Amino acid sequence: MKILVPIKRVVDYNVKVRPLSDNTDVDLNNVKMAVNPFCEIALEEAVRIKEAGNADEIIAITVGKNESQEQLRTALALGADRAILVESDELLEPLAIAKVLAKISAEENPDIILMGKQAIDGDNNQTGQMLAELLGVSQATNASEVTIEGDVLKVTREIDGGLQTLQITKPAIITTDLRLNEPRYASLPNIMKAKKKELTVKPVTDLGIDVTKRVDVLSVELPPSREAGVMVETVDDLLEKLRNEAKVIS
Amino acid sequence: MSILVIAEHDNSNLKAGTLNTLAAAQQLSGDVDLFISGNNHDGVINEAKTIDGLNQIISVDSEIYNNFLAEDIANIVASLESEYDYFLAPSSTFGKNFMPRVAAKIDTQMISDIIEILSEDTYKRPIYAGSCIATVKSNDSKKVITVRTTAFDPVQKNNSDVPVKTIDGLTELNLSSFVGEELAQSDRPELTSASIVISGGRGMQSGDNFHLLDSIADKLGAAVGASRAAVDAGFVPNDYQVGQTGKIVAPDLYIAVGISGAIQHLAGMKDSKVIVAINKDEDAPIFQVADYGLVADLFNALPEIDSKL
Repeated sequence: MKILVPIKRVVDYNVKVRPLSDNTDVDLNNVKMAVNPFCEIALEEAVRIKEAGNADEIIAITVGKNESQEQLRTALALGADRAILVESDELLEPLAIAKVLAKISAEENPDIILMGKQAIDGDNNQTGQMLAELLGVSQATNASEVTIEGDVLKVTREIDGGLQTLQITKPAIITTDLRLNEPRYASLPNIMKAKKKELTVKPVTDLGIDVTKRVDVLSVELPPSREAGVMVETVDDLLEKLRNEAKVIS
Repeated sequence: MSILVIAEHDNSNLKAGTLNTLAAAQQLSGDVDLFISGNNHDGVINEAKTIDGLNQIISVDSEIYNNFLAEDIANIVASLESEYDYFLAPSSTFGKNFMPRVAAKIDTQMISDIIEILSEDTYKRPIYAGSCIATVKSNDSKKVITVRTTAFDPVQKNNSDVPVKTIDGLTELNLSSFVGEELAQSDRPELTSASIVISGGRGMQSGDNFHLLDSIADKLGAAVGASRAAVDAGFVPNDYQVGQTGKIVAPDLYIAVGISGAIQHLAGMKDSKVIVAINKDEDAPIFQVADYGLVADLFNALPEIDSKL
Protein backbone atom coordinates (compact mmCIF):
# COMPACT_ATOMS: atom_id res chain seq x y z
CA MET A 1 0.00 0.00 0.00
CA LYS A 2 1.16 3.49 -0.88
CA ILE A 3 0.47 6.60 1.19
CA LEU A 4 0.75 10.14 -0.15
CA VAL A 5 1.27 12.87 2.45
CA PRO A 6 0.83 16.44 1.22
CA ILE A 7 2.58 18.91 3.54
CA LYS A 8 2.85 22.69 3.68
CA ARG A 9 5.59 25.11 4.61
CA VAL A 10 4.10 27.67 7.00
CA VAL A 11 5.19 30.15 9.63
CA ASP A 12 6.24 28.35 12.81
CA TYR A 13 3.29 28.18 15.18
CA ASN A 14 5.18 30.06 17.90
CA VAL A 15 5.60 33.17 15.74
CA LYS A 16 3.16 36.01 16.37
CA VAL A 17 2.23 37.10 12.88
CA ARG A 18 1.62 40.78 12.15
CA PRO A 19 0.51 42.68 9.05
CA LEU A 20 3.03 44.59 6.90
CA SER A 21 3.04 48.32 7.63
CA ASP A 22 1.19 49.00 4.35
CA ASN A 23 -1.42 46.34 5.27
CA THR A 24 -1.08 44.56 1.93
CA ASP A 25 -0.24 41.19 3.48
CA VAL A 26 1.21 39.54 6.57
CA ASP A 27 4.85 40.27 7.34
CA LEU A 28 6.82 37.09 6.66
CA ASN A 29 10.25 38.70 6.49
CA ASN A 30 12.83 36.80 8.53
CA VAL A 31 10.29 34.66 10.37
CA LYS A 32 10.94 31.03 11.23
CA MET A 33 9.24 28.58 8.87
CA ALA A 34 8.23 25.00 9.67
CA VAL A 35 6.09 22.07 8.57
CA ASN A 36 2.43 22.84 9.31
CA PRO A 37 1.66 21.03 12.62
CA PHE A 38 -1.38 19.19 11.24
CA CYS A 39 0.79 17.91 8.36
CA GLU A 40 3.33 16.58 10.87
CA ILE A 41 0.53 14.61 12.50
CA ALA A 42 -0.49 13.24 9.08
CA LEU A 43 3.08 12.19 8.34
CA GLU A 44 3.44 10.58 11.77
CA GLU A 45 0.27 8.56 11.16
CA ALA A 46 1.59 7.41 7.79
CA VAL A 47 4.85 6.33 9.37
CA ARG A 48 2.99 4.40 12.09
CA ILE A 49 0.86 2.66 9.45
CA LYS A 50 4.03 1.66 7.63
CA GLU A 51 5.72 0.53 10.84
CA ALA A 52 2.70 -1.67 11.57
CA GLY A 53 3.31 -3.38 8.24
CA ASN A 54 0.27 -1.90 6.51
CA ALA A 55 2.11 0.27 3.97
CA ASP A 56 5.15 -0.10 1.76
CA GLU A 57 5.86 3.44 0.68
CA ILE A 58 5.28 6.97 1.93
CA ILE A 59 5.60 9.88 -0.47
CA ALA A 60 5.71 13.42 0.88
CA ILE A 61 4.61 16.14 -1.50
CA THR A 62 4.34 19.89 -1.34
CA VAL A 63 3.27 22.62 -3.72
CA GLY A 64 5.24 25.77 -3.13
CA LYS A 65 8.39 27.78 -3.56
CA ASN A 66 11.82 26.22 -3.95
CA GLU A 67 12.67 26.74 -0.27
CA SER A 68 9.89 24.24 0.62
CA GLN A 69 12.56 21.59 -0.07
CA GLU A 70 13.62 22.26 3.52
CA GLN A 71 10.26 20.98 4.83
CA LEU A 72 10.37 18.01 2.46
CA ARG A 73 13.80 17.08 3.88
CA THR A 74 12.23 17.21 7.34
CA ALA A 75 9.49 14.88 6.11
CA LEU A 76 12.13 12.51 4.72
CA ALA A 77 13.95 12.58 8.07
CA LEU A 78 10.69 11.76 9.84
CA GLY A 79 10.07 8.69 7.71
CA ALA A 80 8.88 9.54 4.19
CA ASP A 81 10.61 7.40 1.57
CA ARG A 82 10.74 9.99 -1.18
CA ALA A 83 9.49 13.48 -1.83
CA ILE A 84 8.04 15.59 -4.62
CA LEU A 85 8.15 19.36 -4.84
CA VAL A 86 5.75 20.91 -7.32
CA GLU A 87 7.47 24.23 -7.62
CA SER A 88 5.52 27.44 -7.94
CA ASP A 89 6.84 30.96 -7.41
CA GLU A 90 3.39 32.13 -6.42
CA LEU A 91 1.63 30.79 -3.34
CA LEU A 92 -1.38 28.93 -4.70
CA GLU A 93 -4.95 28.89 -3.40
CA PRO A 94 -6.47 25.67 -1.96
CA LEU A 95 -8.42 24.79 -5.14
CA ALA A 96 -5.30 25.15 -7.30
CA ILE A 97 -3.26 23.08 -4.82
CA ALA A 98 -5.98 20.42 -4.82
CA LYS A 99 -5.86 20.32 -8.63
CA VAL A 100 -2.08 19.88 -8.58
CA LEU A 101 -2.36 17.13 -5.96
CA ALA A 102 -5.11 15.43 -7.98
CA LYS A 103 -2.84 15.37 -11.02
CA ILE A 104 0.09 13.90 -9.10
CA SER A 105 -2.23 11.40 -7.38
CA ALA A 106 -3.40 10.20 -10.78
CA GLU A 107 0.25 9.42 -11.61
CA GLU A 108 1.18 7.89 -8.25
CA ASN A 109 -2.07 6.08 -7.44
CA PRO A 110 -1.81 6.18 -3.64
CA ASP A 111 -4.23 4.03 -1.60
CA ILE A 112 -4.49 6.65 1.12
CA ILE A 113 -3.82 10.37 1.11
CA LEU A 114 -3.18 11.59 4.64
CA MET A 115 -3.02 15.33 5.21
CA GLY A 116 -3.61 18.04 7.79
CA LYS A 117 -7.16 19.30 8.27
CA GLN A 118 -5.94 22.85 7.77
CA ALA A 119 -2.77 24.90 7.46
CA ILE A 120 -2.21 27.38 10.25
CA ASP A 121 -1.55 30.25 7.85
CA GLY A 122 -4.77 30.59 5.82
CA ASP A 123 -6.88 28.45 8.21
CA ASN A 124 -8.99 27.45 5.20
CA ASN A 125 -9.65 23.76 5.94
CA GLN A 126 -10.44 23.07 2.26
CA THR A 127 -7.67 21.30 0.37
CA GLY A 128 -8.30 17.72 1.54
CA GLN A 129 -12.03 17.82 0.84
CA MET A 130 -11.47 19.50 -2.54
CA LEU A 131 -8.92 16.86 -3.49
CA ALA A 132 -11.35 14.11 -2.48
CA GLU A 133 -14.02 15.64 -4.72
CA LEU A 134 -11.66 16.13 -7.67
CA LEU A 135 -10.59 12.48 -7.39
CA GLY A 136 -14.16 11.31 -6.75
CA VAL A 137 -13.12 9.41 -3.64
CA SER A 138 -14.28 9.12 -0.03
CA GLN A 139 -13.08 11.34 2.77
CA ALA A 140 -12.81 11.34 6.53
CA THR A 141 -11.88 14.73 7.94
CA ASN A 142 -10.70 15.66 11.45
CA ALA A 143 -9.46 12.15 12.20
CA SER A 144 -8.65 11.26 15.81
CA GLU A 145 -8.21 7.53 15.18
CA VAL A 146 -7.46 5.48 12.07
CA THR A 147 -7.70 1.69 12.03
CA ILE A 148 -6.85 -0.54 9.12
CA GLU A 149 -8.15 -4.10 8.90
CA GLY A 150 -7.23 -5.49 5.52
CA ASP A 151 -9.08 -3.44 2.95
CA VAL A 152 -11.33 -1.80 5.52
CA LEU A 153 -10.47 1.65 6.80
CA LYS A 154 -12.25 2.93 9.88
CA VAL A 155 -11.78 6.53 10.92
CA THR A 156 -13.04 8.22 14.06
CA ARG A 157 -13.66 11.92 13.47
CA GLU A 158 -13.87 14.86 15.84
CA ILE A 159 -17.23 16.53 15.23
CA ASP A 160 -18.90 19.40 17.10
CA GLY A 161 -20.94 17.27 19.48
CA GLY A 162 -18.41 14.48 20.03
CA LEU A 163 -17.05 11.69 17.85
CA GLN A 164 -18.23 10.01 14.67
CA THR A 165 -16.89 6.82 13.12
CA LEU A 166 -16.96 6.23 9.37
CA GLN A 167 -15.93 3.32 7.25
CA ILE A 168 -14.31 4.52 4.05
CA THR A 169 -13.23 2.76 0.90
CA LYS A 170 -9.78 3.05 -0.62
CA PRO A 171 -8.55 5.18 -2.22
CA ALA A 172 -9.48 7.72 0.40
CA ILE A 173 -8.47 11.06 1.86
CA ILE A 174 -8.01 11.34 5.60
CA THR A 175 -7.40 14.73 7.21
CA THR A 176 -5.91 14.84 10.67
CA ASP A 177 -6.98 16.52 13.88
CA LEU A 178 -4.76 17.30 16.84
CA ARG A 179 -5.32 14.23 18.95
CA LEU A 180 -4.60 11.61 16.31
CA ASN A 181 -1.02 11.17 17.54
CA GLU A 182 2.02 12.95 18.91
CA PRO A 183 4.61 13.36 16.17
CA ARG A 184 8.16 12.18 16.84
CA TYR A 185 11.27 14.27 16.45
CA ALA A 186 13.74 13.52 13.70
CA SER A 187 16.90 11.79 14.95
CA LEU A 188 20.31 12.96 13.78
CA PRO A 189 21.08 9.73 11.87
CA ASN A 190 17.69 10.04 10.13
CA ILE A 191 18.37 13.67 9.25
CA MET A 192 21.66 12.55 7.66
CA LYS A 193 19.96 9.69 5.79
CA ALA A 194 17.23 12.05 4.56
CA LYS A 195 19.81 14.02 2.59
CA LYS A 196 20.33 11.02 0.33
CA LYS A 197 16.67 10.23 -0.25
CA GLU A 198 15.03 11.04 -3.59
CA LEU A 199 13.49 14.51 -3.93
CA THR A 200 11.97 15.28 -7.33
CA VAL A 201 11.25 18.85 -8.38
CA LYS A 202 8.55 19.47 -11.00
CA PRO A 203 7.67 23.00 -12.16
CA VAL A 204 3.93 23.58 -11.75
CA THR A 205 3.91 25.04 -15.28
CA ASP A 206 4.69 21.54 -16.65
CA LEU A 207 1.41 20.13 -15.30
CA GLY A 208 -0.92 22.08 -17.60
CA ILE A 209 -3.20 23.17 -14.78
CA ASP A 210 -4.80 26.60 -14.60
CA VAL A 211 -3.68 27.93 -11.22
CA THR A 212 -4.80 31.54 -11.75
CA LYS A 213 -5.80 33.30 -8.54
CA ARG A 214 -9.55 33.57 -7.99
CA VAL A 215 -9.43 35.66 -4.82
CA ASP A 216 -7.70 39.02 -4.26
CA VAL A 217 -6.42 39.85 -0.81
CA LEU A 218 -7.29 43.54 -0.51
CA SER A 219 -5.81 44.13 2.91
CA VAL A 220 -4.55 42.45 6.06
CA GLU A 221 -5.04 44.16 9.39
CA LEU A 222 -4.77 43.50 13.08
CA PRO A 223 -8.09 42.54 14.67
CA PRO A 224 -9.73 45.27 16.73
CA SER A 225 -8.10 45.11 20.13
CA ARG A 226 -10.07 44.74 23.34
CA GLU A 227 -9.47 47.32 25.96
CA ALA A 228 -8.03 45.92 29.14
CA GLY A 229 -10.53 46.01 31.96
CA VAL A 230 -10.08 46.30 35.68
CA MET A 231 -8.45 44.05 38.23
CA VAL A 232 -10.57 43.10 41.22
CA GLU A 233 -9.14 42.13 44.59
CA THR A 234 -11.62 39.59 45.90
CA VAL A 235 -14.30 37.15 44.80
CA ASP A 236 -16.88 39.45 46.44
CA ASP A 237 -15.71 42.37 44.28
CA LEU A 238 -15.89 40.19 41.21
CA LEU A 239 -19.42 38.98 41.87
CA GLU A 240 -20.55 42.51 42.75
CA LYS A 241 -19.22 43.82 39.40
CA LEU A 242 -20.80 40.96 37.45
CA ARG A 243 -24.15 41.52 39.15
CA ASN A 244 -24.36 45.29 39.26
CA GLU A 245 -22.00 46.70 36.66
CA ALA A 246 -21.93 44.17 33.82
CA LYS A 247 -25.34 42.75 34.81
CA VAL A 248 -24.51 39.34 33.37
CA ILE A 249 -25.43 37.23 36.43
CA SER A 250 -28.24 37.59 38.88
CA MET B 1 -29.22 37.02 -7.33
CA SER B 2 -30.26 33.92 -5.47
CA ILE B 3 -28.75 32.52 -2.34
CA LEU B 4 -28.87 29.00 -0.94
CA VAL B 5 -28.15 28.37 2.74
CA ILE B 6 -27.54 24.75 3.70
CA ALA B 7 -29.21 23.98 7.03
CA GLU B 8 -27.43 22.15 9.83
CA HIS B 9 -29.74 19.95 11.89
CA ASP B 10 -29.98 16.52 13.51
CA ASN B 11 -33.21 15.39 11.78
CA SER B 12 -35.17 16.65 14.82
CA ASN B 13 -34.08 20.23 15.42
CA LEU B 14 -32.41 22.98 13.47
CA LYS B 15 -28.94 23.85 14.84
CA ALA B 16 -28.70 27.42 16.04
CA GLY B 17 -25.82 28.23 13.67
CA THR B 18 -28.21 27.92 10.72
CA LEU B 19 -30.01 31.07 11.91
CA ASN B 20 -26.74 33.03 12.08
CA THR B 21 -25.81 31.83 8.61
CA LEU B 22 -29.19 33.00 7.32
CA ALA B 23 -28.48 36.41 8.86
CA ALA B 24 -25.26 36.62 6.84
CA ALA B 25 -27.14 35.53 3.71
CA GLN B 26 -29.72 38.27 4.21
CA GLN B 27 -26.97 40.89 4.05
CA LEU B 28 -26.46 39.90 0.41
CA SER B 29 -29.02 41.09 -2.09
CA GLY B 30 -31.26 38.36 -3.37
CA ASP B 31 -33.80 35.73 -2.42
CA VAL B 32 -32.63 33.41 0.32
CA ASP B 33 -33.63 29.75 0.12
CA LEU B 34 -32.93 27.23 2.88
CA PHE B 35 -31.83 23.76 1.81
CA ILE B 36 -32.59 20.93 4.21
CA SER B 37 -31.29 17.47 3.41
CA GLY B 38 -32.04 14.76 5.92
CA ASN B 39 -34.12 11.73 6.75
CA ASN B 40 -37.61 11.96 8.30
CA HIS B 41 -36.89 15.55 9.22
CA ASP B 42 -40.43 16.97 9.22
CA GLY B 43 -39.82 18.55 12.62
CA VAL B 44 -36.93 20.50 11.17
CA ILE B 45 -39.04 21.68 8.24
CA ASN B 46 -41.84 22.81 10.54
CA GLU B 47 -39.37 24.75 12.61
CA ALA B 48 -37.74 26.31 9.54
CA LYS B 49 -41.12 27.38 8.12
CA THR B 50 -41.42 29.94 10.92
CA ILE B 51 -38.16 31.74 10.01
CA ASP B 52 -38.44 35.38 8.94
CA GLY B 53 -37.24 36.52 5.54
CA LEU B 54 -37.00 33.17 3.75
CA ASN B 55 -38.08 32.83 0.12
CA GLN B 56 -38.60 29.08 0.24
CA ILE B 57 -37.38 25.84 1.76
CA ILE B 58 -35.92 23.15 -0.48
CA SER B 59 -36.21 19.78 1.21
CA VAL B 60 -34.85 16.39 0.28
CA ASP B 61 -35.86 13.50 2.49
CA SER B 62 -33.99 10.24 2.02
CA GLU B 63 -32.06 7.64 4.01
CA ILE B 64 -29.01 8.64 1.98
CA TYR B 65 -28.86 11.92 3.89
CA ASN B 66 -29.53 10.46 7.34
CA ASN B 67 -25.95 10.89 8.55
CA PHE B 68 -24.97 13.92 6.46
CA LEU B 69 -22.08 12.21 4.69
CA ALA B 70 -19.99 14.81 2.89
CA GLU B 71 -19.87 13.04 -0.47
CA ASP B 72 -23.64 12.78 -0.88
CA ILE B 73 -24.52 16.21 0.53
CA ALA B 74 -21.93 17.89 -1.71
CA ASN B 75 -23.33 16.00 -4.66
CA ILE B 76 -26.90 17.20 -4.23
CA VAL B 77 -25.97 20.77 -3.25
CA ALA B 78 -23.72 21.10 -6.31
CA SER B 79 -26.54 19.73 -8.49
CA LEU B 80 -28.39 23.00 -7.76
CA GLU B 81 -25.49 25.02 -9.22
CA SER B 82 -27.46 26.56 -12.09
CA GLU B 83 -30.17 27.91 -9.77
CA TYR B 84 -28.02 29.82 -7.27
CA ASP B 85 -25.23 32.39 -7.18
CA TYR B 86 -24.29 31.92 -3.54
CA PHE B 87 -23.95 28.81 -1.39
CA LEU B 88 -23.56 29.45 2.34
CA ALA B 89 -23.21 27.10 5.29
CA PRO B 90 -22.17 27.49 8.91
CA SER B 91 -18.44 27.12 9.52
CA SER B 92 -19.00 24.17 11.86
CA THR B 93 -17.56 20.67 11.46
CA PHE B 94 -20.73 20.02 9.40
CA GLY B 95 -20.18 22.91 6.98
CA LYS B 96 -16.42 22.53 6.74
CA ASN B 97 -16.82 18.86 5.87
CA PHE B 98 -18.76 19.15 2.62
CA MET B 99 -18.59 22.77 1.39
CA PRO B 100 -15.05 22.46 -0.09
CA ARG B 101 -16.36 19.50 -2.09
CA VAL B 102 -19.19 21.67 -3.42
CA ALA B 103 -16.65 24.36 -4.32
CA ALA B 104 -14.40 21.88 -6.14
CA LYS B 105 -17.37 20.47 -8.00
CA ILE B 106 -18.43 23.86 -9.33
CA ASP B 107 -14.83 25.04 -9.79
CA THR B 108 -14.96 27.89 -7.30
CA GLN B 109 -12.37 28.99 -4.76
CA MET B 110 -14.33 28.79 -1.52
CA ILE B 111 -14.13 31.53 1.12
CA SER B 112 -13.94 30.00 4.62
CA ASP B 113 -15.15 31.42 7.88
CA ILE B 114 -16.28 34.93 6.99
CA ILE B 115 -16.89 37.36 9.87
CA GLU B 116 -18.14 40.37 7.90
CA ILE B 117 -19.71 41.07 4.51
CA LEU B 118 -18.44 44.31 2.98
CA SER B 119 -20.13 43.92 -0.42
CA GLU B 120 -21.51 41.21 -2.70
CA ASP B 121 -18.01 39.85 -3.38
CA THR B 122 -15.84 41.21 -0.56
CA TYR B 123 -15.60 39.73 2.90
CA LYS B 124 -13.46 39.77 6.04
CA ARG B 125 -12.06 36.58 7.49
CA PRO B 126 -9.53 35.72 10.21
CA ILE B 127 -6.18 34.18 9.26
CA TYR B 128 -3.24 32.94 11.34
CA ALA B 129 -5.47 31.85 14.22
CA GLY B 130 -7.12 35.25 14.34
CA SER B 131 -3.82 37.16 14.63
CA CYS B 132 -4.79 39.04 11.49
CA ILE B 133 -7.99 39.81 9.61
CA ALA B 134 -7.85 39.60 5.81
CA THR B 135 -10.23 41.44 3.50
CA VAL B 136 -10.73 39.25 0.44
CA LYS B 137 -12.54 39.73 -2.85
CA SER B 138 -13.84 36.70 -4.72
CA ASN B 139 -13.61 36.92 -8.52
CA ASP B 140 -15.46 33.65 -9.12
CA SER B 141 -18.92 33.96 -10.67
CA LYS B 142 -20.41 31.66 -8.01
CA LYS B 143 -19.57 32.04 -4.34
CA VAL B 144 -19.16 29.18 -1.88
CA ILE B 145 -18.87 30.54 1.64
CA THR B 146 -18.80 29.28 5.21
CA VAL B 147 -19.87 31.68 7.92
CA ARG B 148 -18.42 32.11 11.39
CA THR B 149 -21.74 32.04 13.15
CA THR B 150 -20.72 34.03 16.24
CA ALA B 151 -20.06 37.05 14.01
CA PHE B 152 -23.70 37.40 12.90
CA ASP B 153 -26.79 37.84 15.08
CA PRO B 154 -29.36 35.12 14.32
CA VAL B 155 -32.51 35.72 12.25
CA GLN B 156 -35.77 35.40 14.15
CA LYS B 157 -38.35 32.66 14.09
CA ASN B 158 -41.87 34.08 13.99
CA ASN B 159 -45.15 33.09 12.48
CA SER B 160 -43.96 33.01 8.90
CA ASP B 161 -45.24 30.16 6.77
CA VAL B 162 -42.42 29.64 4.30
CA PRO B 163 -43.36 27.51 1.27
CA VAL B 164 -41.62 24.14 0.97
CA LYS B 165 -40.45 22.57 -2.28
CA THR B 166 -39.52 18.90 -2.15
CA ILE B 167 -36.88 17.48 -4.47
CA ASP B 168 -35.71 13.92 -5.06
CA GLY B 169 -32.47 12.56 -3.69
CA LEU B 170 -29.66 11.55 -6.02
CA THR B 171 -28.24 8.06 -6.36
CA GLU B 172 -26.19 7.12 -3.33
CA LEU B 173 -22.44 7.38 -4.01
CA ASN B 174 -21.54 4.64 -1.50
CA LEU B 175 -18.09 6.09 -0.95
CA SER B 176 -18.19 6.09 2.81
CA SER B 177 -20.56 4.65 5.34
CA PHE B 178 -21.64 5.64 8.81
CA VAL B 179 -20.54 3.30 11.61
CA GLY B 180 -21.51 5.15 14.77
CA GLU B 181 -21.49 8.28 16.79
CA GLU B 182 -20.68 9.11 20.40
CA LEU B 183 -22.25 12.42 21.24
CA ALA B 184 -21.51 14.01 24.57
CA GLN B 185 -24.63 13.87 26.75
CA SER B 186 -25.15 16.90 28.87
CA ASP B 187 -28.04 18.76 30.45
CA ARG B 188 -26.10 21.97 30.08
CA PRO B 189 -26.42 24.27 27.07
CA GLU B 190 -24.22 23.67 24.04
CA LEU B 191 -20.92 25.54 24.12
CA THR B 192 -21.51 27.52 20.96
CA SER B 193 -24.98 28.71 21.90
CA ALA B 194 -24.66 29.14 25.70
CA SER B 195 -25.03 32.66 27.08
CA ILE B 196 -22.47 31.92 29.80
CA VAL B 197 -19.35 29.79 29.35
CA ILE B 198 -16.86 28.83 32.05
CA SER B 199 -13.62 27.30 30.79
CA GLY B 200 -10.66 25.68 32.49
CA GLY B 201 -7.05 25.53 31.37
CA ARG B 202 -3.87 23.76 32.32
CA GLY B 203 -4.13 25.42 35.75
CA MET B 204 -6.99 23.04 36.58
CA GLN B 205 -4.26 20.38 37.01
CA SER B 206 -6.55 17.40 36.38
CA GLY B 207 -9.79 16.32 34.79
CA ASP B 208 -11.26 15.59 38.22
CA ASN B 209 -10.86 19.22 39.20
CA PHE B 210 -13.27 20.21 36.43
CA HIS B 211 -16.08 19.35 38.87
CA LEU B 212 -15.28 22.74 40.46
CA LEU B 213 -16.38 24.33 37.18
CA ASP B 214 -19.33 21.98 36.71
CA SER B 215 -20.88 23.03 39.98
CA ILE B 216 -20.65 26.75 39.13
CA ALA B 217 -21.87 26.07 35.59
CA ASP B 218 -24.98 24.35 36.95
CA LYS B 219 -25.78 27.36 39.12
CA LEU B 220 -25.28 29.82 36.25
CA GLY B 221 -26.86 27.71 33.51
CA ALA B 222 -23.49 27.84 31.79
CA ALA B 223 -21.63 25.54 29.41
CA VAL B 224 -18.19 24.22 30.38
CA GLY B 225 -15.26 24.64 28.01
CA ALA B 226 -11.50 24.20 28.09
CA SER B 227 -8.33 25.50 26.51
CA ARG B 228 -6.32 23.41 24.09
CA ALA B 229 -3.69 22.95 26.81
CA ALA B 230 -6.28 21.27 29.05
CA VAL B 231 -7.45 19.07 26.19
CA ASP B 232 -3.89 18.13 25.18
CA ALA B 233 -3.17 17.28 28.82
CA GLY B 234 -6.09 14.83 28.67
CA PHE B 235 -8.19 16.59 31.34
CA VAL B 236 -11.30 16.77 29.15
CA PRO B 237 -12.43 15.58 25.69
CA ASN B 238 -11.74 17.64 22.58
CA ASP B 239 -15.35 18.77 22.20
CA TYR B 240 -14.74 21.04 25.22
CA GLN B 241 -12.06 22.91 23.34
CA VAL B 242 -12.53 26.65 22.79
CA GLY B 243 -10.08 28.20 20.35
CA GLN B 244 -8.99 28.40 16.77
CA THR B 245 -8.68 24.62 16.54
CA GLY B 246 -11.79 24.05 18.63
CA LYS B 247 -15.04 25.92 18.99
CA ILE B 248 -15.56 29.63 18.50
CA VAL B 249 -17.81 31.08 21.18
CA ALA B 250 -19.14 34.56 21.90
CA PRO B 251 -21.35 34.35 25.02
CA ASP B 252 -22.55 37.26 27.17
CA LEU B 253 -20.15 36.11 29.88
CA TYR B 254 -16.96 34.09 29.45
CA ILE B 255 -15.07 33.00 32.57
CA ALA B 256 -11.50 31.79 31.92
CA VAL B 257 -10.07 29.86 34.85
CA GLY B 258 -6.42 28.84 34.97
CA ILE B 259 -6.03 29.74 31.30
CA SER B 260 -2.92 31.72 30.35
CA GLY B 261 -4.45 33.19 27.19
CA ALA B 262 -2.54 31.78 24.21
CA ILE B 263 -3.48 33.48 20.93
CA GLN B 264 -4.98 30.16 19.88
CA HIS B 265 -7.44 30.33 22.77
CA LEU B 266 -8.15 34.06 22.46
CA ALA B 267 -9.14 33.49 18.83
CA GLY B 268 -11.99 31.33 20.08
CA MET B 269 -13.47 33.60 22.75
CA LYS B 270 -12.39 37.20 22.40
CA ASP B 271 -15.71 38.29 20.91
CA SER B 272 -17.47 37.42 24.18
CA LYS B 273 -19.30 40.43 25.61
CA VAL B 274 -17.84 40.24 29.12
CA ILE B 275 -14.65 38.31 29.88
CA VAL B 276 -13.55 37.32 33.38
CA ALA B 277 -10.08 35.89 34.00
CA ILE B 278 -9.03 34.06 37.13
CA ASN B 279 -5.36 33.15 37.22
CA LYS B 280 -2.67 33.11 39.87
CA ASP B 281 -0.09 34.49 37.43
CA GLU B 282 -0.68 38.24 37.29
CA ASP B 283 1.34 38.47 34.05
CA ALA B 284 -0.86 35.97 32.18
CA PRO B 285 -1.85 37.44 28.78
CA ILE B 286 -5.50 36.55 29.43
CA PHE B 287 -5.72 39.63 31.69
CA GLN B 288 -5.07 41.87 28.68
CA VAL B 289 -8.41 40.89 27.15
CA ALA B 290 -10.36 40.47 30.39
CA ASP B 291 -12.94 43.01 31.54
CA TYR B 292 -12.52 41.75 35.07
CA GLY B 293 -9.35 40.10 36.28
CA LEU B 294 -8.82 38.31 39.56
CA VAL B 295 -5.34 37.21 40.57
CA ALA B 296 -6.05 34.25 42.79
CA ASP B 297 -5.46 30.55 43.30
CA LEU B 298 -8.38 28.95 41.49
CA PHE B 299 -8.62 26.23 44.14
CA ASN B 300 -9.59 28.94 46.63
CA ALA B 301 -11.54 31.20 44.29
CA LEU B 302 -13.80 28.58 42.67
CA PRO B 303 -15.27 27.12 45.91
CA GLU B 304 -15.80 30.68 47.18
CA ILE B 305 -17.64 31.71 44.00
CA ASP B 306 -19.65 28.51 44.17
CA SER B 307 -20.73 29.20 47.74
CA LYS B 308 -21.72 32.81 46.99
CA LEU B 309 -23.86 32.20 43.91
